[in-house]
Amino acid sequence: MNLDLRLPIGLMFSIFGVLLVAFGFLSDAAIYDRSLGINVNLWWGLVLLAFGLAMLGFAVRARRTAASPG
Amino acid sequence: MPHINLGSIDYTILGVYFAFVLGIGWVVRRYVKGSEDFFLAGRSIPAWIAGLAFLSANLGAQEVIGMAASGAKYGMMTSHFYWLGAIPAMVFVGIFMMPFYYGSRARSVPEYLKLRFDEKTRGFNAITFAVMTVFSSGISMYALAKLLELVLGWNFHMSVVLSAVIVLVYIFLGGLTSAIYNEVLQFFLIVLGFLPLVLLGLKDVGGWAGLTAKLDTVATNAGYSAGAWSSSWRHLDSATANPMGVEWFGLAMGLGFVLSFGYWCTDFLVVQRAMAAESMTAARRTPLLAAIPKMLFPALVILPGMIAIALHTTGGGLLPVGADGTPNYNLAVPVMLAHYLPSGLLGLGLTALMASFMSGMAGNVTAFNTVWTYDIYQSYLRPGQSDRHYLRMGHAATVFGILLSVAAAYATTRFNNIMDMLQLVFAFVNAPLFATFLLGMFWRRATGHGAFFGLLTGTAAAAIHHGLVLSHGAVPGLKGGFLGAVLHTYPSEMAQNFWTAICAWTTCFVATIVISLLTANNKSDDDLSGLVYSLTPRQQDGGMPWYKRPATLGVVVLGLTAVLNIIFW
Repeated sequence: MNLDLRLPIGLMFSIFGVLLVAFGFLSDAAIYDRSLGINVNLWWGLVLLAFGLAMLGFAVRARRTAASPG
Repeated sequence: MPHINLGSIDYTILGVYFAFVLGIGWVVRRYVKGSEDFFLAGRSIPAWIAGLAFLSANLGAQEVIGMAASGAKYGMMTSHFYWLGAIPAMVFVGIFMMPFYYGSRARSVPEYLKLRFDEKTRGFNAITFAVMTVFSSGISMYALAKLLELVLGWNFHMSVVLSAVIVLVYIFLGGLTSAIYNEVLQFFLIVLGFLPLVLLGLKDVGGWAGLTAKLDTVATNAGYSAGAWSSSWRHLDSATANPMGVEWFGLAMGLGFVLSFGYWCTDFLVVQRAMAAESMTAARRTPLLAAIPKMLFPALVILPGMIAIALHTTGGGLLPVGADGTPNYNLAVPVMLAHYLPSGLLGLGLTALMASFMSGMAGNVTAFNTVWTYDIYQSYLRPGQSDRHYLRMGHAATVFGILLSVAAAYATTRFNNIMDMLQLVFAFVNAPLFATFLLGMFWRRATGHGAFFGLLTGTAAAAIHHGLVLSHGAVPGLKGGFLGAVLHTYPSEMAQNFWTAICAWTTCFVATIVISLLTANNKSDDDLSGLVYSLTPRQQDGGMPWYKRPATLGVVVLGLTAVLNIIFW
């Protein structure tokens, strides 16, 4: 199999992260009443972004190691 | 209940997810060259991917919704489905059963039965399994579409068609590889989509201590001693002391042994994921690696239900209540999503729910097309065709498998009790099967006649037991007692099911032994090599580092599970 699964997983969660962080900044604070006053979109968006970037990082590193001779 | 309104951010997240799911199908389609690529992912999947897919295929929407519902209804005792049932069974299948499944090169569970026993045992299993998978995916499609209709106001037909088409496209393109890859994506989505809900809920009720205090009120209100909702073992000495209505023996034997081992060890839906692994070691590690996250799943799927009932009882009616005053437990997850998550994360949570549904359905469809093509079509209808022919049949089976599921979903809307009836039939068929496998793998004298007639007797015993007993408050009919006389009344439906399973398993076990001893053994030791424990060379794991050896992994997993049982005793 040539598809490194970490690539699509990393990409999808990075996109989710960016979307949620951006929405967290732009959205009205009133919608966070139900989430105990915490801007969960911003915080969870950062978590997803970190997870996505880590997955992408692993995938890129694996590809580099495989490409370098020896 | 009022509909939840989704914002454009929520639809965007859902849309991105659909794009990725279809994109994975598109990318892996070029790996599908022959039938083994389509049905068994070319036996090339690394253990960690197969392990997460193994987990995800079982984590359908019914599991997510149902486990939260049980968490609300029975509390912490629901964890037995994981810590007493699933985990030990997964360790057993990894260590003891995979060597036969993988080593025999059988392409499906029914095919193993053919190699080990005979044609009629395979035929019986293949046909019942094919029917079961179609109905389970139909029922879960129905459940999801009903839920989306209720919660979001989405059109029922649109939900059915949309979900069916997406699953169809990605399996049609990439077969099992596509299903497995998507299941891994879905696994992460389910975890990361539901986790914020659990964290917010826990924070709201004041952590575990706050939750147990509230659950004490739930328990005393329902007439049980405080703690009945927040401990897993403490109230099991008698069936009347806990909401599940079982005592420790019925639970350990019925759920822990027969039902869980029966499901995880013989259901092709999950076993197929391990069969697709790249090597024997990877195949044996698949269920063991899956067991590690599985242990923590109660926090993800049971806890939301427990929080929901705690808030419902102490905070004043969170869950919608039916005419008879009981809360609608099945709505625990959607109600919690709507209660805590604002637009944005709400979209992520709903996407996770969709993902769990799709992974469950794809599991059913890939298992169905394999069993149909190899065990029914190739065996009975058109043997001896080219591999290309069977690959084409696999594509066709994917299409009509999904069409049949859609038909089953609509049949469920027409006949309310079809769902209950089928679940009953599955229990009748599945419970005795584990006895057949146990004897087949560990007793070389078990014969084909013994296996086949043992299975039939076991299934009949389940039906007879169910027909003669009833659960508390139920009317005779589908719920039991249909044979005219009611010999015993169980405190709950769950207790009744556990004992039906115990009865079916024991009957099948004894009948298979007796009939085997009475019939001739027409398999030589050579035929059975690789299929029976005593005639198969042991796996040599000495050269591996300890953390890669299946036996060590198994011991570690069981040890951790024991610790969890003790913590939440």
